[in-house]
Amino acid sequence: MEVKIKLIDNTLYIMLIGELDDCSANYTRDILDEALKKYSFDNVVFELSQLEFMDSTGIGVLIGRYKNLKNKCKNIYISNPTKTIEKIFKMSGIFEIMPKIS
Amino acid sequence: MNYKNKMNLKFLGVSENESFARLAVASFCSNIGLSLEDLSDIKTAVSEAVTNCIVHAYYDKLGEIEINCVITDSYIQIDIIDNGVGIENVQEAIKPFFTTKPDKERSGMGFTVMEGFMDKMIVKSEINKGTKVTLIKNLKK
Repeated sequence: MEVKIKLIDNTLYIMLIGELDDCSANYTRDILDEALKKYSFDNVVFELSQLEFMDSTGIGVLIGRYKNLKNKCKNIYISNPTKTIEKIFKMSGIFEIMPKIS
Repeated sequence: MNYKNKMNLKFLGVSENESFARLAVASFCSNIGLSLEDLSDIKTAVSEAVTNCIVHAYYDKLGEIEINCVITDSYIQIDIIDNGVGIENVQEAIKPFFTTKPDKERSGMGFTVMEGFMDKMIVKSEINKGTKVTLIKNLKK
C-alpha cells in the first residue's frame, strides 16, 4: 500500500495505490491522519484509480477519516474507483457523504 | 459431489495471509472462463470471510483457517472455516452495518459484501467451536 499526497490550490488529493485490506489498514490510517493534520485545505479528494483491491475494511478507514474531517473541510470526494470497489461503496451508501467525482 | 476440480488450503490466521488467501482462491478459479468481474467479486468475498476469521474468530489467539474450494459444471463452492469463538446470533451478525467493534473503525459490511458479491452465502456457527461460511458462485452456461 502506498499513499501519495498533493495539495493543489485548496484541494488535498490523496492517491491510494495498491491494496487496502485489514493488513494494510493501520499503516494507511496513520499516513492519512498525519497528512490531514499537516495541511490546511477546503476539499479532499480520495483518488482511487490505482487502488487495485479494497474490501469493507476500506469503508471503515474512509468513514473514520470522514468523521475526523467533516468539521475541518468543506467537501470530501471519491474519484475513479474500480468497478468492484464502486459496488462496495454503493452497498455501504458512502457516496451520500463522500460524493463520487471523475 | 460431482466435482471437476477441488482444492484445500490451511494457513495461520494472521492478516498477512489475507492477500495470500484471496489470490490463491482467485488463481484456482482463473481458468474456468469466469469474467474478470466475477473473479474480482470472488477475491473480495474471500477477503471478507478470512478477515472475519482473523479479526473476530481469533481476536484473542492464533488459530488456523481452512479453505475448501470445489468447482462443478454449474457452480463454484468456497468454504471458509475457523475454530474460533463463533457467532452468537448469525441472523444479527449478517445484517448490514452490524459490528461488535465500532471503536476499531469496522464497517460491519463484511457479510453484506459476501452476500452481494456471491450468488449464495450460508453461515453456520457454534459458540467456542467455530464458524463455517459457504460461498457459492453460479457458473453461466
